Amino acid sequence: MDVNDIIRPENMVYAKTPILTDTVMHYCPGCPHGTVHKVIAEVIEEMGIQDKTIGISPVGCAVLAYNYIDIDWEQAAHGRAPALATATKRLNPDKYVFTYQGDGDLASIGTAEVMHACNRGENIVVIFINNAIYGMTGGQMAPTTLLGQKTATTPYGRDAKLNGYPLKITELIAQLEGTCYVTRQSAHNPAAVRKLKKAVRKAFENSMMDKGTSFVEVVSTCNSGWKLSPVQANKWMEENMFPFYQLGDLKDR
Amino acid sequence: MLIIPVQFSVGMKKWTKMKVELIIAGFGGQGVLSMGKILAYSGIMQDMEVSWMPSYGPEMRGGTANVTVILSDKKIGSPILGKCDTVIVLNQQSMDKFESYVKPGGLLLYDPNGITRHPQRKDINVCSIDAAEESARMGNLKAFNMIVLGAFLKKNPVVSLESVVKGLQKSLPQRHHHLIPMNEEAIKVGMDKVVDVNVL
Amino acid sequence: MAEKILMKGNEAIAHGAIRCGADGYFGYPITPQSEVMETLMEEKPWETTGMVVLQAESETSSINMVYGGATTGKKVMTSSSSLGISLMAEGLSYLAGAELPCVVVNVMRGGPGLGTIQPGQADYFQAVKGGGHGDYKMIVLAPASAQDMYDFVGLGFDLAFKYRIPAMILSDGVIGQMMEKVELGEMKPRRTAEEIREQCPWALTGKTSDRNRNIITSLALDPNVQERTNIRLQEKYKAIQENEVRYTTYMVEDAEYLFVAYGSMSRICEAAVDQAREAGYKVGLLRPVTLFPYPEKQICDLVPQLKGILTVEMSAGQMVEDVRLAVNGKVPVEFFGRNGGIVPSPDEVYEAFVKLFNK
Repeated sequence: MDVNDIIRPENMVYAKTPILTDTVMHYCPGCPHGTVHKVIAEVIEEMGIQDKTIGISPVGCAVLAYNYIDIDWEQAAHGRAPALATATKRLNPDKYVFTYQGDGDLASIGTAEVMHACNRGENIVVIFINNAIYGMTGGQMAPTTLLGQKTATTPYGRDAKLNGYPLKITELIAQLEGTCYVTRQSAHNPAAVRKLKKAVRKAFENSMMDKGTSFVEVVSTCNSGWKLSPVQANKWMEENMFPFYQLGDLKDR
Repeated sequence: MLIIPVQFSVGMKKWTKMKVELIIAGFGGQGVLSMGKILAYSGIMQDMEVSWMPSYGPEMRGGTANVTVILSDKKIGSPILGKCDTVIVLNQQSMDKFESYVKPGGLLLYDPNGITRHPQRKDINVCSIDAAEESARMGNLKAFNMIVLGAFLKKNPVVSLESVVKGLQKSLPQRHHHLIPMNEEAIKVGMDKVVDVNVL
Repeated sequence: MAEKILMKGNEAIAHGAIRCGADGYFGYPITPQSEVMETLMEEKPWETTGMVVLQAESETSSINMVYGGATTGKKVMTSSSSLGISLMAEGLSYLAGAELPCVVVNVMRGGPGLGTIQPGQADYFQAVKGGGHGDYKMIVLAPASAQDMYDFVGLGFDLAFKYRIPAMILSDGVIGQMMEKVELGEMKPRRTAEEIREQCPWALTGKTSDRNRNIITSLALDPNVQERTNIRLQEKYKAIQENEVRYTTYMVEDAEYLFVAYGSMSRICEAAVDQAREAGYKVGLLRPVTLFPYPEKQICDLVPQLKGILTVEMSAGQMVEDVRLAVNGKVPVEFFGRNGGIVPSPDEVYEAFVKLFNK
């Protein structure tokens, strides 16, 4: 049997969503950004909202997210995505507006913007990729870096006396009256990806129901920054990240 | 004479050239800024050009406040003055600061309450109005600044009482319009009670 | 004739915004410009024109909200004062880099640092020469009256959208706090979604099948791409310099001496010109209305009739550098200024003129 006999429409079991562009991603092999992008793209396709969605990319590895998801995009200054999203949504209430931010962007330089956008209950979606490190700049300490974790700026491991403690910003966000849905997910295996997709879909749906802000944290790896293989990185995440950043819904109303 | 009407002809039409520059100074809460505003509004009612430039900042909260008001029948250049025709002074700090601002031959009007050092200058007209006392007598302490305004208008009728009333109608929200007759009354009291201290 | 209303320059900004069809205002309180947002909140334009007004958590957020609104082709603006504008510097550079139109009002106070809340003009360099990082410019309009404050909001948006560039209204505490008569123009409706789609094909209006996705970004990892962008920006600035210079003059026809001043200082200088004329000196005034583009040619053209120029600012001397560049040594250029929140009186300006030119 020739291979072309197999490649037939009736045999198709999976197709890439057309919302994901054909541009080759710049992410490192093993990085979960691509998976999370795909999940968002699939949700946009399934909800039929390509013409109604505006994405906001951060500063960090995901700065170029606009090359991969085929919707209108704006690129924010470091940490400011929730401020952009606030105005974009308030001026265009018919649009689904989401930010896509890493831990340095959201939980360090952009702490004020995300807290206040969530506190105002902006009807936006915040996707928060937490890999406990600054990937783009070469693996420095993030606010979410675990105690003892080695990074380029904590070469002897994060020391609370020197660097303070890992910031559970999602727990803080869940305390805010303005948020309606706060959840912590991961994307490291098919089951987790399916759960993540459900969460993202719920968050997008919330943003048209005038319920407030939906916040989806994705606990992630950065195998390059962590200097581990993708498999080792997933294992390290399960053993070290998950006990501290526990998965599940923190708030759903 | 404080208004200097200069008669001159443009074509067949006669024009009166008129400009009044004054500084009102006192405590925040005495109605210094709103008195200036009412004067400016009255000028607008007479189709004059006006500017109202306040001191601003912490003095709003009980410190000293002052405002520079200019009414003119031509475009106003500088809204800020080094010297001016008239200074209205409502506390000692303002007396200390602004007595020197009055141009020779100009007018200094003040409320003597709380004034420990009275005006020294002899090259200016000086008048006083006991507005604190008169407002107490009227049973309305808020009439204070309108009494002062009345005293000023008696000495310099740059705007008519009619224009002031029209200005009040314009500037006050509808819910405060019932206060206009009281304000009018206060202005009349001021006009009646102003006292000459030094006349050139 | 439309009715004239007594209002502060800051209030005029608010009314100008509502009536020129602005879509959004995002701001943070700071003296001496807080009346802008206070007036907007009082007027509740969201109930009439649909304009969005929001108090942000910081100036940093305000300017980034402006960025977020501007990406969608909306007319959005913010206002602040000196140190607040410093906080916005990054956002302004992003707006310029991403070629987004918007209006930013700076009601200047004296600095540096926390400085004073009294009027100043010491942010000229910041407004005209950059302020943020990178080679960029903004259109800078300098109002000299409450009416200008009203008019320049609409003018600022027109120019900003014409060139896809941020426009700054560089005002000061005098103009912001002073009340004058303002003639309110006609109410212009906000643009519809269809009009924005048509007039701003670059805007994020939602990716439809008939066009590629729109991306608003100032990022170019490839330096060749970045240089091409920068060259295009410079060409745009050149076109603005050629086409958008605005200025006014007062008594320059026979002037032998010229005052150059902008904003509130031009008003003070007008009175000083009168004073000098009364004393028999042939003095005139040129007031740049646009600080970028600067009326350099217009100043240079007056040089043959001039014996000297006096630049007057509420700063230690900033715009004077542009006057000197414009005349290129052909005529003496002197400077007089007060700063730190002190507003010079017409007398002081006149006396400085007499002293500096040995009259």
